[in-house]
Amino acid sequence: MARLSFAARLHGGAAALLLAVGLYWGLLAVPADAFQGEVQRIMYLHVPSVSTAYLAILVTFCASILYLWKRDLRIDAVAHSSAEIGVVFLGITLATGAIWGKPTWGVWWTWDARLTVTAIVFTMYVGYLMVRAFAEEPQAGARYGAVLAVLGLPAIILNHFAVQWWRTLHQPSSLIRPGGPSVAPVILWPLVFNIVAMLVLYSYFLLERVRLERIRHRAAESRLKRGRRG
Amino acid sequence: MVAELLRRTWAMTWKDVTVELRARERVTAMLFFAALVLFIFNFALGPDREKLREVAPGLLWLAFLFTGMLGLGRSFQAERENECFEALLLTPGDRESIYYGKLAGNVLFMVIAEALILPLFGILYNLDIWGLLPSLALVAFLGTLGFSAVGTLLAAMTAHIRAREVMLPLLLFPLTVPVILASVRATEAILLGEGLGEVSQWLKLLVGFDVIFLVVSPLVFEFVLEE
Repeated sequence: MARLSFAARLHGGAAALLLAVGLYWGLLAVPADAFQGEVQRIMYLHVPSVSTAYLAILVTFCASILYLWKRDLRIDAVAHSSAEIGVVFLGITLATGAIWGKPTWGVWWTWDARLTVTAIVFTMYVGYLMVRAFAEEPQAGARYGAVLAVLGLPAIILNHFAVQWWRTLHQPSSLIRPGGPSVAPVILWPLVFNIVAMLVLYSYFLLERVRLERIRHRAAESRLKRGRRG
Repeated sequence: MVAELLRRTWAMTWKDVTVELRARERVTAMLFFAALVLFIFNFALGPDREKLREVAPGLLWLAFLFTGMLGLGRSFQAERENECFEALLLTPGDRESIYYGKLAGNVLFMVIAEALILPLFGILYNLDIWGLLPSLALVAFLGTLGFSAVGTLLAAMTAHIRAREVMLPLLLFPLTVPVILASVRATEAILLGEGLGEVSQWLKLLVGFDVIFLVVSPLVFEFVLEE
């Protein structure tokens, strides 16, 4: 039970290998950006993290709707696990963004539209995880989590518009736009490769996390049975 | 169908109002807290009148929202005493009427608090708001409606989890950033003397938020209440 299956080990190994190749490609092999220099390389971690994080949140949203409909705790495990991984990747996104921002913009943090929305989404899903941890029973936690995830999507979309207007009304784009005007193929390919690697890592995390949830569920059940007999 | 829903909603709201009229707990606390917040801001920012005027719209909304948060938290926690919650669930009919009834009560109490905060704010910070009251009231109502639409749902949820006093603001503020942003910007423009036409974009955002969450929240409300 405790040992990983062959397929799972293969999956994890593939994720590690792909990431190692991708990061070597982006961080060492590719020439540095002409304008930003070496610091631009952080993009090879930053952009894959943020796309994975938003995918994870989308998965949580879909699984939550499905859970409210079917009431299957296995589906809820997917939603919960995906949200957890999403929070980790959002954290990486915010951290790498700040590290990149300091030498490029001169500040760790600025109230740029994208930064602000990402930070809001991060707080939303940290709240989601806290509700699940504080619920008095797992069934209730699953329902509350699903409701929060359903509210989350329209809130993210409205947040996006609100923050966009707020920044554009008061501060025309004086900042360097992340990503730049157009991306050269020499940068694009390692970036795409890293995104794929990160998605493989995400799928590995998700499967293992769901499996862990199932084991925990089974352990709780058997404890309950033993308690009844004794 | 609609008449039935309205009747049930009215019964729910009337129950909350009656409780409030007898106990006078919630609104009294909210009003006193609101007055205190306006005082504390003054200490935090110093007597510089120009500076105060610049941040006035933000202060006003912080006072509104913190006060509203107090009221929202009480709306379902009060039902925990004497198993009132179970009795609520036993009432026949759609759960939606519980949501709408609670929402109407929450909006009402928040509006009462705002009706005190607004003039007090004008007096304490020496702002000439009297001619602007109708447009300010419109923005305040739209903002309050959106904030309470999400808040009523989350109050029902957090009433049943540990650390409930902390969790309500933690969940509510990130979700309602669009309301806060739109309300503050619209209020700012109104205080600067611009007409409602100038802030139509923010008003549209407020209306959009209100409509979306007035539809989505009652739909998922029954999942929160299940036992």
